[in-house]
Amino acid sequence: MEKILTKNWDTPNSHGIAAYLASGGYASLKKIFAMTPAQVIDEVKASGLRGRGGAGFPTGMKWGFVPKNTGKPIYLCVNADESEPGTFKDRAIFEKDPHMMIEGVIIASYALGVRTAYSYIRGEFYQQWKIMEQAILEAYEKGFLGKNILGSGFDLDLYQHRGAGAYICGEETGLIESLEGKQGKPRNKPPFPAVQGAFGCPTVVNNVETLAALPWIINNGAAAYAAIGVGKSTGTKLWSVCGHVAKPGVYEVPLGIPFKTFLADYCGGMWRGRSLKALIVGGSSVPILTAAEAMTLNLDYESAQAAGTFLGSGGMIVIDETTCMVRALENLAMFYHHESCGQCTPCREGTGWVEKILHRMCHGEGRTEDIALLLNLADNMQGKTICALADALAMPVRSYVTKFRSEFERYIQLGRSEFPEPEWN
Amino acid sequence: MAFVFTPEQCDRIESLCARYPTRRAAILPVLWMVQAQDGWISPDAMEAVAAILQITPAAVYEVVTFYSMFERKPCARHHLQVCRTIGCWLRGSQGLVRHLEERLKIKPGESTPDGRFKLSTVECLGSCGTAPMMQIGNDYFENLTPLMVDTLLNELK
Repeated sequence: MEKILTKNWDTPNSHGIAAYLASGGYASLKKIFAMTPAQVIDEVKASGLRGRGGAGFPTGMKWGFVPKNTGKPIYLCVNADESEPGTFKDRAIFEKDPHMMIEGVIIASYALGVRTAYSYIRGEFYQQWKIMEQAILEAYEKGFLGKNILGSGFDLDLYQHRGAGAYICGEETGLIESLEGKQGKPRNKPPFPAVQGAFGCPTVVNNVETLAALPWIINNGAAAYAAIGVGKSTGTKLWSVCGHVAKPGVYEVPLGIPFKTFLADYCGGMWRGRSLKALIVGGSSVPILTAAEAMTLNLDYESAQAAGTFLGSGGMIVIDETTCMVRALENLAMFYHHESCGQCTPCREGTGWVEKILHRMCHGEGRTEDIALLLNLADNMQGKTICALADALAMPVRSYVTKFRSEFERYIQLGRSEFPEPEWN
Repeated sequence: MAFVFTPEQCDRIESLCARYPTRRAAILPVLWMVQAQDGWISPDAMEAVAAILQITPAAVYEVVTFYSMFERKPCARHHLQVCRTIGCWLRGSQGLVRHLEERLKIKPGESTPDGRFKLSTVECLGSCGTAPMMQIGNDYFENLTPLMVDTLLNELK
């Protein structure tokens, strides 16, 4: 398989501009400057590229929503807030090939008429922020950023904006609020960011991986990209794999390959030869799959949806037979309660109540009616808030409780887990 | 003691403000500048940030309190932040926390009396494939084993 996003990762000093230029980096710029911005958008539309942050929305279509000639500046925000549990793929791009993302930012900015782009990186990624600062400096020095890029007359500034610890800033309007210097509380939509985003101006928010795919698409053509993958799931996807696999890590594969093959060929199979119990395929917020469901799953957007889940961010969490699903759900409830921004009651209160109920269950004080109560709470959280954070807990609650119901019942009955605490080493 | 920005810091802040259409947007980078210098963000510093960005102290306070990485009290020299979320949990973060509790004789949220270590559990740090792990200052320490933790604790003075 041809590598697109990871092709330079094994090169020494792959994060530096010398290695990037040697690999043909920034070649796409000459090509786009010979095209009109509309032609660039059409090319990206034709590639079928979909947003890699989680929603899987077609990138070219998202760009198409930006109104023309409003007289206002248009902003591009790179979403490098990567905070969905299980997800660490954008971090790898920052560490191993920051220039590929910068080149993507230039392509997107040219297509959209952006003159100022911001890359919003989570505060904890300090080392990755430093690597990107250096890469941006190098790109300015070579004339790929700044005024009159490569004599094209196109100007672009790219600034990094460092977050400070808030999962919610990965939600695109939360990100925009945070960029504006406020609490990262998501906005009601409409208006969508494409119309009224950062600083009241049209804004596109794109994920790091989405942008990093653009140079290859421009260099090789939309048709070549669309030929990879399956159906409407075109191209390759980065999977960050964690949990109980022999080789956790970040892997690039064409969309559509079977999970079973991926687990065996890329992840080295299960950790310590144990059996699979469950799979969280795309970050902790998506509905969980049982081992049987996972083993027949193909890793593309449509197959995931048909299986009742989502590819999400590509943060794959593999769970083995020794794991207690009640405690796993408790762990997630704590996360989402901690990260709820607090502005919508169903989320602020709901995530807290779910956490409390699971805490009492885990402390041997669960009640028989708690299972129904959890499902009832999930119904009262999902789809009733400004952003999807409440859904991000409601979906795990419903799927864990439904698919592993007997484990919850046994836990309540026994007052303790039948499974050991996860081992350290 | 009142917090005062140096002339160099003022210049730096002006160059940060120039990146955005509003001065307020520079608040996160300016707060990071304060915390990098002092290790925390004091009420006096918040007032100084408000004044230089021409916003109310309340606007600064609401931001400082919203983001979990900003410290509102002086912190121990080494803040051990152990990821407790699912990826690390599946690979033994509870054992790692317990090990640190035993070694340091403190619980998460507490500091050692000599001001050397603070122990915290934190939410997913995007290091799930190299679990268990912790962040200390600006650095990640990944794929931790008991031996690595003990060596690290001895090295951090």
